[in-house]
Amino acid sequence: MLLPAAQSFPPLDRALLAFDGVTCERGSRTLFRGLSFELAGGAALQINGANGAGKTSLLRIAAGLLAPAQGRLLVHGEPVASDRYRYRSELLYLGHQSAVKGSLTALENLRYAIDSRHCFAPPALFSALAAVGLAGYEDLPCRTFSAGQRRRVALALLLLSDARLWLLDEPFTAIDRCGVAMIEQLMAGHLARGGAIVLTSHQPVSLAGLRSLDLTAGAADE
Amino acid sequence: MSSPLGRSLRRELLLAARRRGELANPLLFFIMVAALVPLGISPQASVLAELAPGMIWVMALLATLLSLEPLFAEDYRDGTLDQLLLAPEGMAFAVLGKMVAHWLVTGLPLTLITPLLATLLALPAAGWLPLLLSLLVGTLALSLIGAMGAALTVSLQRSGVLLTLIVMPLYVPVIIFGSATVQRAIEGFSWLAPLALLGSISVAALALCPLVVVGALRLTASD
Repeated sequence: MLLPAAQSFPPLDRALLAFDGVTCERGSRTLFRGLSFELAGGAALQINGANGAGKTSLLRIAAGLLAPAQGRLLVHGEPVASDRYRYRSELLYLGHQSAVKGSLTALENLRYAIDSRHCFAPPALFSALAAVGLAGYEDLPCRTFSAGQRRRVALALLLLSDARLWLLDEPFTAIDRCGVAMIEQLMAGHLARGGAIVLTSHQPVSLAGLRSLDLTAGAADE
Repeated sequence: MSSPLGRSLRRELLLAARRRGELANPLLFFIMVAALVPLGISPQASVLAELAPGMIWVMALLATLLSLEPLFAEDYRDGTLDQLLLAPEGMAFAVLGKMVAHWLVTGLPLTLITPLLATLLALPAAGWLPLLLSLLVGTLALSLIGAMGAALTVSLQRSGVLLTLIVMPLYVPVIIFGSATVQRAIEGFSWLAPLALLGSISVAALALCPLVVVGALRLTASD
């Protein structure tokens, strides 16, 4: 196996990620108010809600890309602002744009990653691409790919990254049925190792121990 | 090369190599204008020689301006910017890599084809070396300052006009000292002082612009 050995994460005595009374405002609209939850190692959370309910905003707040209007984010029980660099190094965020460059090949997209944590040796990249069903497509420019194949290039990071917290925005978009099963399997493996996942999805996800959070209630008191 | 700067530079140069056609645009513009000036104004060498230093600098500036808009726009659209913002070591070096890559594929080629333009515009021989040196140093400042404008306007649909308005006042000192370097050399004075000032602008831009760009991109992402 050329992929990095799947090591278990050290146990945690505090929640990996906690939202403490987080309010999200976009323009003059309040998307959700006073949202609190905790995510321990080995836990997964699915964010549900109608279109525009703030699912993506929630993930962006969790990733630190968006500042909450009120409330705070705790990581290992500490406010995230105190150690942003360490938090970022524990984080893998896949937005609904997949950050895959059409003019680069699948291999180059992974090989020349912008992020230093995402630098891996070519053999590992080849086996990760094979594992996401792109064997034989490594040297084709990604603009010739279908939407699902581009998505798979981005998802190959799930196999490579050693981040503990996965923030996945619509990971199943454009992915076919066996792809979905593969991603679910990856997620189950990640949870078993003590990792944590927050995801949004419009389709049911079969994952043991998956909690769900409904944003529609918060959106109602706009 | 595994430093953030080196990695970013390599990636950007690879991306640039895949869209060579786009890169030729500012260069073609540069050559076209230089070819049209003698036709439009006067083919007399004495008239052209007087105009040449300022003219070449103005054209280099406009050619750079042409190439700025897509600098961060594609990364913004395809989500790369978010990944850049999440890099644990911070994004200043990655951004600097993008800017330096931009200079390597626009400013540097512009400088290298300047001798051709100097011939077309009958630039006196005394001005050649100062022109090359001032463009070499000055186009770096143009790329760096321009990247600030590109970062501030990245989320706008038609950013071109606003980008120009933001960047133009900041380009003024660059063009003043740039053309002064050449002018003084032609007139027989020492041209080191304006060149040194131009160099200091570039160095200051190299140090400060990445920070401004990071701030601007962070603001854009949180919007």
